Order: sequence, then C-alpha cells, then structure tokens
Amino acid sequence: MAYLRSILRSGKNGVPAVLRREFHRTLPAAMQVTVRDAIKEAMDEELERDERVFLLGEEVALFEGAYKVTRGLWKKYGDKRIIDTPIAEIGFTGIAVGAAMAGLRPVVEYMSFNFSMQSVDHIINSAAKTYYMSGGLQPVSIVFRGPNGAAPGVAAQHAQCFAAWYGHVPGLKVVSPWSAEDAKGLLKSAIRDDNPVVFLENEIMYSVPFEMSEESQSKDFLIPIGKAKIERKGNHVTLVSHSHVVSRCMDAAAVLAKDGIECEVINLRTIRPMDMEAIETSVMKTKHLITVEGGWPQFGVGGEILARIMEGPGFGYLNAPAVRVTGVDIPMPYAKLLEENTLPQIKDIVFSVKKMLNV
Amino acid sequence: MQNMLTVVANTLKGGAKINGSRVVVSARSFADLTPQASFDIKRCDLHRLDEGPSVQTVLTREDGLRYYRTMQTVRRMELKADQLYKQKIIRGFCHLYDGQEACAVGIEAGINPTDHLITAYRVHGYTYTRGVSVKEILAELTGRKGGIAKGKGGSMHMYAKNFYGGNGIVGAQVPLGAGVALACQYQAKNEVCVTLYGDGAANQGQIFEAFNMAALWKLPCIFICENNKYGMGTSVERASASTDYYKRGDYIPGLRVDGMDVLSVREATRFAADYCRYGKGPILMELQTYRYHGHSMSDPGVSYRTRDEIQEVRGKSDPITMLKDRMISNNMASLEEIKDIDAEIRKEIEEAAQFATSDPEPPLEDLCNHIFFNDTPFEVRGTSPWVKLKSIS
Repeated sequence: MAYLRSILRSGKNGVPAVLRREFHRTLPAAMQVTVRDAIKEAMDEELERDERVFLLGEEVALFEGAYKVTRGLWKKYGDKRIIDTPIAEIGFTGIAVGAAMAGLRPVVEYMSFNFSMQSVDHIINSAAKTYYMSGGLQPVSIVFRGPNGAAPGVAAQHAQCFAAWYGHVPGLKVVSPWSAEDAKGLLKSAIRDDNPVVFLENEIMYSVPFEMSEESQSKDFLIPIGKAKIERKGNHVTLVSHSHVVSRCMDAAAVLAKDGIECEVINLRTIRPMDMEAIETSVMKTKHLITVEGGWPQFGVGGEILARIMEGPGFGYLNAPAVRVTGVDIPMPYAKLLEENTLPQIKDIVFSVKKMLNV
Repeated sequence: MQNMLTVVANTLKGGAKINGSRVVVSARSFADLTPQASFDIKRCDLHRLDEGPSVQTVLTREDGLRYYRTMQTVRRMELKADQLYKQKIIRGFCHLYDGQEACAVGIEAGINPTDHLITAYRVHGYTYTRGVSVKEILAELTGRKGGIAKGKGGSMHMYAKNFYGGNGIVGAQVPLGAGVALACQYQAKNEVCVTLYGDGAANQGQIFEAFNMAALWKLPCIFICENNKYGMGTSVERASASTDYYKRGDYIPGLRVDGMDVLSVREATRFAADYCRYGKGPILMELQTYRYHGHSMSDPGVSYRTRDEIQEVRGKSDPITMLKDRMISNNMASLEEIKDIDAEIRKEIEEAAQFATSDPEPPLEDLCNHIFFNDTPFEVRGTSPWVKLKSIS
C-alpha cells in the first residue's frame, strides 16, 4: 500500500524510489513516510506550536510548493502564515531576515539552493554575522531551506551542492538530512533554534519512503543539530557521507558485505558544526576513512574532514591515507550517461574501498 | 514655575563658579520668552499624492530646545570622532553625519519610540536619536568593551531596541527594513518601520524588489532616501538616470522634503507615518540634505565638489544655525541659554571621549563569544589546531 502511494506521489521520481525502497523496507509493521511528508509534518507542527513561525518563498502557498513539499499548509494556515513571494530572491531573503530581527521566526524556501546565490549576502552578512557584530544585542532566528545538489536532468545551473559554501561561515548552522526521520527531527530543531540555519534538502530524496519510529511521530521529536548517526556498523572501513549520497554508501556497503568487507556508514546529518567525534571514534576502530559526497572536490566537505583527521587524534590510527570520493570537478552535464558519471556511483565507492584495503 | 526655578538654578550655578560671589547670569527672566510659535515651511513636491504635509507647523520652546540640543550633540559628537580618527584612535571606516542632523532629529520627532528604524553605515546620528548614549557610541568607535556592541561591531554595526543598525552593505538595509515592517504588520501593533538609504543606494536592485513586495503586501514601511547629492565620489547626475528619487518608487506615493530644515522633516515624517500606519501601504520620502565631510574619513571630500559649495551650504543652510536663528528671532530662546546648552554638550562630549579613550578593549576571552544566541558553549578552532577557544552565547 505504501509502495503504491509512494509511486503515485513521486510521479517521475517513482522509478528511483522503487529501486531504493527495496533496500529500506525493514520491519513490515512500521510506518512509512517519505522525506517530503516528513519535512511538511515538521513545518506543520512548528507552525501550530509557535505563532511567530511563518513560511515564505516562491509557489509555497497556492501552488502547494514547486516540489509539493508545502502541500496543504496554505489551506490550513492562510495568507498570513504561508506567503507566496514574487521571483525576487535577494528581496525576499532580506525581508525574511528583517522580520527575524524584529522577532518573528521565518522559514524561507528556495526553489533550489542554486537560487540562493542571489541572496547569499543576506544569509551571510545580514543573518550569520549579526549576533556577533552586535555584541550579542541582535539575534536572528531564521531557517533557509530547499533542495540542494544534484537532481536528475536539471543540468549545470540547477545542480550545484552548497554544503561547502555555507559550511564555511561562522554564525551559520548547516544541516543536511538524509532520511525522513532526519528531515523531520532536524527541521524541527532548526525552526526552534534561535540562530540562522541553512537546511539542505535534496530533490532525489523527497519521494523516498523511510520507516519512522513511533518516537519520531511525536510532536516534540527533535534531533539535535551537530550530531551524526551511524547508519550501519562495520569494522573494516568508515564511510562518511551526507544527503542523498548516504543511500549510495548503504548500497555500496551491501555489495561489499558479500565480499566480507564490513563498512561503517556515518550519516553526517549536520555539516556545521560537524560531529568530528563520531568520525574519529569510528576511525579509531576501522583504521580506514573514505568521505563520500556529491559536491565538488576542491575545498569541499571531504577536504575539511580529512584536514581535521590529520590534525586530530584519529590520524595515528589510520592504516592508509584517508581519501575523498566526490563529484567530478566539472559543471553538471545534461546527457544521462554523462550525468551518471559525474556523481559518485555505487561502483566508484566499492572501487575506492577495495583500493584502500588493497583487495 | 519651571522657568523661575531655572533662573534661580542658573543664578546659583553662576554664583558658585566665581569666588563665591553671586553673579546674575541672565538679566532677563525666561518667563519673557515665547512658549511656542508657528512657522512656515517649504511645500513638498508630491508624487501620486493629492495632498502633502502642512506648510505651517507649530514649534514649542521645549521641543525647539530639545531639537537644538540633539542636533548640536550629534554635530559635536561627529566632530569629536573626526578628531579621534585623525589621532588614529578610531580605525577603519568612519562615515560622518555632520550637516545632515535635521534628518535624524526630524524623523525621530515624527515617529514614536515604539516605531522601528534601520539605516546604512552613516549611522552615528541615528544611533544617538534612537537612544544610545554618546559614551557608548564613541567607545564603540574606539573599539572598547564599553561600546554599545562591546567593541565587536565598530562604526557600522550599532544596534538598540527597535533600531536595527548600522548596515555595511549598500542597499541591504532596505529589504531588511521592509521585513521589519512585515513583522509590524504581522504583530498588528500599528507600528511602522522607517527604512533609510542614500542617493547612491537608490540604484540597488534589491530596493526595487523591496518596493514591490512592500506595495503588494501593503507593508507599513516609510522608505526614506537621504539625498546628500553624492554617492561616495559620484554626484547624483553621474549615477542616476533619474534624480527624482521621490518618484522612483513608481507606484508608491512619494514626497520630496527640505532635509536641512528639522521642522520640514518632522512634518513630513508625521505625514508619512500617518499615511502608512493604518494599512495604506508604504510611502517614500526624499530628504534633500548635505554632508560637510567627505564620504568617509579617508575622503577629503573636495575632489568631486568645490570648497565653495561646501561653504555656501554651511553659510546658508546649516540645520543647527537655522533652528537657532528661528528660535532667537522669535524670542523663543535666549542667546545665553543656547550658549549654556552648547557648553553642557561640549562637556558631555569631552567626558564621553575621555571614557572612549580610557576604557579597556574587550578582553581576549570575549573573542569567540556571541556567535550563537541561546546556545550551549562550544569549542572554536583557533589559528592552529592546538589552539582551542571557547564560545559562549
């Protein structure tokens, strides 16, 4: 039943959802929720809980969201709380930050984080730096959310990953959920956080259903920002990833398990502040580290993790130099064959693990 | 009664100073002075408005003295900042407001303390009118812990209740101000937000984005363009295809105001606040004003304009002189009490400068604090991996 629902809901994304769903169906009786619905639930609950929370962005109200993430919210909460904006990213981001300075708690939706580049001055100079510059006088409680990174067939201007860009900035918290539970718990935490949070979703994940524990159904279910999750335990190599690429790591781990190689897969969940402790603890056990991301290699998330491992206690435990598996250092091409070979595939992860372990 | 007490107090003060002997400070009692008078002010140019602010306004002696005192304080404070900058005690950027005092003071007189205000980087005057002391402003300029932002912000980043800075990125404050106005509308408290920008910023795209949304959603936002004729070193004619800044809101009604006359500014602000406070939507005001200093302390201000021009404005249109002359020639204030006010202000500024130069800098322990609000303390990487610093909310 949930299987059918997910196909119908996901439309063109139905095929990948089917393929991935095969892996994630675990206990038969648990509730299945797509990442999209989990995000919506989080916003619905927080809108209900706090009068000051409101949503704004392009097509979020009447159209029910470009990716239908906000479906039903405008009907429930009306014009005051769910605001359709004109196509004016720098304008409406500035307006949202101003509203946050005056005490409201806006959630800004970018139809794609690629469009946030227009607004980046407000995210960084008006939001991230303000509490510090004002010596603690002016907090800015705001969430910037939307799909980030690759999506099938959208080509170069619509497929960039901004995790490294925003992860660079002190004063911002940057979150990158993978599962439905991640999405719900982290978005609720982000909205309740009194600081600017960049919430990087991913279009590929929207239609993917996940099992949601009973605990996660509660209206007060929060996942703390800054804590990674070990999605799969293993002893031979640590794979660290975030967002949709976690799925590929899990799939690669399943393939490697057949050869007796047990991967420990860490879902970062938060890019900034990064949970280095979780990574180091894992590395001390497995002695091998591979970071896996969809973004570009130069100055990326993987680069940061490797630098920190070098500088920290984990380095002494490594039996081989840590490596990064990343997107190819090119703008995203359109043709399917080329696009597929621009992101790390399951076979690339498997290859890298075997190369590192010399098998 | 109040006036009689003032006379007595002044007399005693005067007496105490000169070897114990009583000296009468003022030969004339203040009861002779006119308590209020009506003044003619310039008619405003209007855009999409059938009526503008009144061309006559009543000024009380009390208000007049207050405006005088405030403008003079801002003037002296800015000149002191100039001095401290030349002594290298103030560093970095310092954009001075002298010449434009009538704008800040007139605007504050036209709104309520519960209204909101945001401006760009030429901000010291507004920081004062919005309630921060000269002491805290100068100490912020000198980067001391007693500064309003604890020394962490500097000239362009000062904040107070209902005052959102202090913004370094040209034009960014305009959407922010529209956002504050959105919050005013959302919270339904009949408050307005005054959102200021300059003639240079007037060409920023984000301002037009803000105009559109403010008009669309009828936000209670008073957009004010402080046109001081020069955006840094570029005169308005060289920067703008249209220099009728009050018309550039297009579908937003606008008015052009003499920004050197504090009464004109007050009247126009009252008019604008009345317009947009109760749901009519935004309005735009252009204040024609002038800055005596260059764009900032690193600009002598004479490569793109003549000294004659500056002198002429000083001689004919200085806002403080204009108010003083008006009050004295209408018998609303005496020269002596003006002199007393000047002396008090000079003393206040000196004391503030003393504080600003002697207060210690913020301690190094404060380096990483105030990154996040309401958060648990966390570690911050120092300049090398062995240096671990701490951040507290």
